[in-house]
Amino acid sequence: MISRRFVIFSGIAAAGGLAVGYALTPFSTLERAAQLVAKEGAASLGAWVRIGSDNSVTVIVPHSEMGQGVHTALPMMLAEELDADWSLVSMEQAPPDVAFANGAMVREYLRGDMSIPGWMSGVTEFGSRKIAELTHLQITGGSTAVRYTGVRAMRVAGAAARRMLIKAAAAAWNVSEGEIEAKQSRLSHKSGKNATYGEMAVAAAAFDPPVDPPLKAKKDYKIVGTPMKRFDIPAKVDGSAKYGIDVRQPNMSFAVIAASPVYGGTLKSVDEKPAMAMRGVKKVVKFPDAVVVVADNTWRAKEALLALQPIWDDGENANLTQASIFEGMTAALKKGDLTEDYGNGDVDDALKSAKNVVESLYRVPYLAHATMEVMNCTAHFEGDKLTLWGGFQDGLGSRAAAAKFAGLAIENVTLHHMAMGGGFGRRGRQRQRTIDYLERAIAVARQVEGPVQLVFTREEDMTQDNYRQASVAWMKAALDDDGKVNAWLHTFTEKHDPPEAVRVNYGFANQAVRYATGTNPVPWGSWRSVDHSQHGFFIESFMDELAYAAKTDPFEFRRAHLADAPRHRAVLELAASMAGWSNPRQPGRAMGIAIREIFGTIVAQVAEVSLTNDGRVRVHRMWSAVDPGEVINPATFTAQIQGGAIYGLTAALYGEISIDKGRVVQQNFPDYEMVRMADAPEHEVRFIESGARTGGAGEPGTVPVAAAVANAVFALTGQRVRELPLMKAKFIGKTGGS
Amino acid sequence: MITIHVNGTPQQVDAEDGMPLLWAIRDVLNMTGTKYGCGVGACGACTVLIDGVAMRSCSFPVGLAAGKDVTTIEGLKTGDTLHKVQQAWIDAQVPQCGYCQSGQIMAAVALLQEKSRPTEADVEEAMTNICRCGAYTQIRAAINAAARA
Repeated sequence: MISRRFVIFSGIAAAGGLAVGYALTPFSTLERAAQLVAKEGAASLGAWVRIGSDNSVTVIVPHSEMGQGVHTALPMMLAEELDADWSLVSMEQAPPDVAFANGAMVREYLRGDMSIPGWMSGVTEFGSRKIAELTHLQITGGSTAVRYTGVRAMRVAGAAARRMLIKAAAAAWNVSEGEIEAKQSRLSHKSGKNATYGEMAVAAAAFDPPVDPPLKAKKDYKIVGTPMKRFDIPAKVDGSAKYGIDVRQPNMSFAVIAASPVYGGTLKSVDEKPAMAMRGVKKVVKFPDAVVVVADNTWRAKEALLALQPIWDDGENANLTQASIFEGMTAALKKGDLTEDYGNGDVDDALKSAKNVVESLYRVPYLAHATMEVMNCTAHFEGDKLTLWGGFQDGLGSRAAAAKFAGLAIENVTLHHMAMGGGFGRRGRQRQRTIDYLERAIAVARQVEGPVQLVFTREEDMTQDNYRQASVAWMKAALDDDGKVNAWLHTFTEKHDPPEAVRVNYGFANQAVRYATGTNPVPWGSWRSVDHSQHGFFIESFMDELAYAAKTDPFEFRRAHLADAPRHRAVLELAASMAGWSNPRQPGRAMGIAIREIFGTIVAQVAEVSLTNDGRVRVHRMWSAVDPGEVINPATFTAQIQGGAIYGLTAALYGEISIDKGRVVQQNFPDYEMVRMADAPEHEVRFIESGARTGGAGEPGTVPVAAAVANAVFALTGQRVRELPLMKAKFIGKTGGS
Repeated sequence: MITIHVNGTPQQVDAEDGMPLLWAIRDVLNMTGTKYGCGVGACGACTVLIDGVAMRSCSFPVGLAAGKDVTTIEGLKTGDTLHKVQQAWIDAQVPQCGYCQSGQIMAAVALLQEKSRPTEADVEEAMTNICRCGAYTQIRAAINAAARA
């Protein structure tokens, strides 16, 4: 059946039950999905849900769990509409198969949703390929899981399954559907007849799924909006959760890699003998740009790799330095050969005739993802069959990429999804380098008998990342006689995704966003919040400068520019009121504020800072006001905002990857420091559930924090922060510090 | 052969004395709950207890662990009952990606063995492990709850 909004399908599944699917993909795909998740003795009620004869409800989730709670949030959305007994609900990760591709997300992209980052398309170019190819996407990123799969598929599938159970009960009891009550996984009629969902599931197979089942009103929610415990947590406190690096197979080898430390460099030669003489070493594998040692355990492979003295041809990046990269970026902006990105009014004209013009250069460094679990993948060739184990943000895309790289049909590639020790964008497909750790593992496995686990050491992980863009921004604005922004010109280097990252909600009459390209020689990768991470700092720091230029309080200045953005204004006001913005602080402390909209969620953050005796910035407290439209699981969402802010605060205080002689300087945590417990501020989070379209949870908390902290530093010291990280500068308090 | 007592069981480990305890546990004994994070003692993901003291096993040679009692995350349960710190971790919904949590829990267990009612300063001094997901608010709450349990 096809409706205007979606395709829903029912049929007989492998185990003899019913399949009801929701997707944009062809019917055959849904049949396949039902077969993949069908189990003996269980009726398969939809590609996204299976109801067992024991009345258990299993929700099939097509996204990857990285700690953001999606393996619990999506089942909550389905169970809500199904009126299931939550204690009977569990989840399964969908297999990496076309049948579970992100149809809903692709659809939104084709409709022109700006907040889906284009990098998620991986190697696929939307619009130019057949829908069948589009379905080779199973991505977790861009805060899309709840926003698309949840809202478009999970809720509808749950509601459809519930309608079918009611129809089955009505037929069995010969009563009208309207007299059947369905709640807590039980069907009942006033006559006293009743049955569990499990008892009625097979009978429900005889009925067509409703095409457009009515969804619940928010006031009737019993599961959504409550702090349900996450399914993945028990295994994460007793050591039983298996991450990619924990895979152990019979006869498995362990491999450690060293790639050319200079980007684009190649391996000239390496003497294998020192490694081969060491205990447990099985093989030295040479690639055009890397050398790998295979041994019987990880440490022996590491030690043997250290014993090798590979000779590299550094190639054309051998003299690259961070200073030269930044100089090139600044020169490109000054030269003015820029691509027009977005605008309204006539900014050049407005700037020309303005009396009060403010301009500043900002810059941010490269950043590594530094997931706690280093990149790794286990691969095993058996004839023309390839089996893979690892953590992937895009399971199906990874399987397709593996098949392509190995030159195999996708049917011959089996991919086992392991728990992920952090993703933050690193474990997705990257535009420039695809999935490097997966391809490396496959290439090694080709030359090794049995399964082999390829592990990046922490040093390799940090120096061979795909980095958050280092960028320079030249911000320019004009203030009118009323102290309002009349012109806003935001120019910067290198645009990635999402397009919304450079947009503001301030309603400027004349604005333009322009960017330079060709300034970045370092491999780029999406990093939690993607382009938002740098533009949030540029935009909200510069907005603060303008507030001071207009001699207006930074909160009031922003508020005055949000007259036509009531949701943003409400979020800003809530954050200010939580923080007690207008109340005096204790001596030696000051606050800063920033607001951004990220993947459909509006976040305003206030940070309160002081200086240590040696002039370093210390963040004591934070307050976040958040409007994501609706909140599925408030406990998880709060943790995402708090944790996201720590990720952003780590970048603001410490984060810097720099290049010298074409190499990444930072090697490990001592020189790429992280916020730890003692640095972590108290952080209060409150939500406004405006009922607007559902926004993301995983990335918004990361974005405003850098500007909020930098603005607080200005309030405290009068020193404007135009470069991150903050640890590079020493500050002197206006009141002598605290 | 080196004999170490892991979670109460004597284990023969065929390894060089200089192999870090972490790799002996993970790759020789195949107990994977203890994690590799940095290999230089900087992140704490590999924290285990050696004779009751929290140690970063990536920088502790297995030869020095001979004859000692090593407790890993797998050894905290008593039968099927979680250690009070593990239970507090579930109650406070601490883990996000969860990768660092074995080490965080071991560090917290050691802290509470030493100081049953730690102050905020005690917690900050003892808990220096990195959590890249930034679950520090929840870790703090769980330690305080476990201290009261």
